[in-house]
Amino acid sequence: MTKEKIEEIRQDFPILEEKIYNKPLIYFDNGATTQKPRCVVEKIEFSYYHQNSNIHRGVHYLSQKATEAHEAARSKVARFLGASKREEIIFTRGTTEAINLVAFSFGEAFCKAGDEVIISVMEHHSNIVPWQMLCERKGMTLRVIPMNEKGELKLDVLQTLMNERTKIISVTHVSNVLGTINPVKEIIRMAHEKNIPVLIDGAQAVPHIHVDVQDLDADFYVFSGHKIYAPTGIGVLYGKEKWLNAIPPYQGGGEMIQTVTFEKTTYNELPFKFEAGTPDYIGSAALAQALEYVEGIGIQNIAEYEHELTKYAELRLKEIEGMRFFGTSNEKSAVVSFLVGNIHPYDIGMLLDKLGIAVRTGHHCAQPLSDALGIPGTVRASFAFYNTKEEIDLFIEALKRVVMMLN
Amino acid sequence: MTINEKQNNIVEEFDQFDDWMDKYSLLIDLGNSLQPIDETNKVPQNIIEGCQSRVWLTADYQDGIITYRGESEAILVKGIVSLLIQVLSGHTPDEILNTELYFIEKIGLREHLSPTRSNGLLAMIKQMKLYAIAYKSKGG
Repeated sequence: MTKEKIEEIRQDFPILEEKIYNKPLIYFDNGATTQKPRCVVEKIEFSYYHQNSNIHRGVHYLSQKATEAHEAARSKVARFLGASKREEIIFTRGTTEAINLVAFSFGEAFCKAGDEVIISVMEHHSNIVPWQMLCERKGMTLRVIPMNEKGELKLDVLQTLMNERTKIISVTHVSNVLGTINPVKEIIRMAHEKNIPVLIDGAQAVPHIHVDVQDLDADFYVFSGHKIYAPTGIGVLYGKEKWLNAIPPYQGGGEMIQTVTFEKTTYNELPFKFEAGTPDYIGSAALAQALEYVEGIGIQNIAEYEHELTKYAELRLKEIEGMRFFGTSNEKSAVVSFLVGNIHPYDIGMLLDKLGIAVRTGHHCAQPLSDALGIPGTVRASFAFYNTKEEIDLFIEALKRVVMMLN
Repeated sequence: MTINEKQNNIVEEFDQFDDWMDKYSLLIDLGNSLQPIDETNKVPQNIIEGCQSRVWLTADYQDGIITYRGESEAILVKGIVSLLIQVLSGHTPDEILNTELYFIEKIGLREHLSPTRSNGLLAMIKQMKLYAIAYKSKGG
């Protein structure tokens, strides 16, 4: 993408004009959440001002409008992910809720004492804890795929971990700490050879790379809206129809029922069976708008430009003495995790903040990964398509100053 | 010097700087000059677990006054630990318990105490006061 194009894109994000401690904001914490383009915020405003009414219930005009918007958003997400049917898209509050839903409902239907679940060493807590809770509830065992020194999963070990007790595998598409793009298509192929279904945590993938759930043959694929320029509180669970039909509802309430009597309730069909209560129909409409915005720029253009930014950042970071990178896989997303010598990441992050630069420090909600690396955490710069090489230059100058202060 | 006199001195010292980076330079110097805690005291029961950086704290009680020692992995946190020890160490449990710690806010470092920063400092202050309560009941 050209410089002019990026400048044009930046105009869509008013927050990028903010001053932090009187310094221009440099926002490199996109892995935590992304900023919102004007069109998404305007969509929320429009929905509340012109289209707000509870969906699927009213016979009146506004309710019809809101329902249409919500269901159009579902179709949009289905196309975005390459799902075969729109009924395979369940709206959730985010990745975390989507994983909890599967861990609970799949667990209820298919898991018993002695069974096993496989995750990987580089999972976010949201893809660890729900499975641990399932294991505790059912008396099951959690198995973990290790990684090599570059931050790549050891698939040969995965081969030995899978057995007839393995009920499901749940791995991240892209590591939020290391940036590694995992070979999930290969993992799914290996698992399917043994008839094991696979959930892919796509929270860090969908904003950066093209995803096609049918091409991957994923059984479940989940992501969060707020990491792809949509508001917080809306997320997506994709599930193959056969699995979603085979597992029980997660929560009970309105919307998810067919008929209710005090003796027995029958459940609604997909996707409503998993959407108890009033869904976030404003959020779903805004998510659809965000996906449209991303498609407007082009996910391939985004991937290429962010790759360029990441490579440039890595190149310039190497100028700093004592630079230690974490995650050096050949297949990497827009994340650079590092430490400088033995300086604590908290110190670097706090001082960079005072210079207007937002990075994430710590274990990034992936504590077992920090433990595996034997470090207290890292400093993480994560990029989006509105970031620039000039910002990286300023970041490097600031980091040099900070390191000098701390050494 | 009373606790509040010490607090006022610190506020004055930090007030001479307008620039954030200068204030933090001073904090780094303070962190570097903090007397390290004895390695044998770096045991789990002395750790105040923070999300990002661990803090260790010990307290001794002799002749009616408490002497604190502390340390952290992060130098900025260590700087604040050093200030807290400077202010509270060498006082009686009563003096410590009756103190309102205002200097951190006044020198603009309140953000380090935010519960969401999770650097263990808030818990450390609480622990310092808990030691005072414990020694007070012991003394009385």
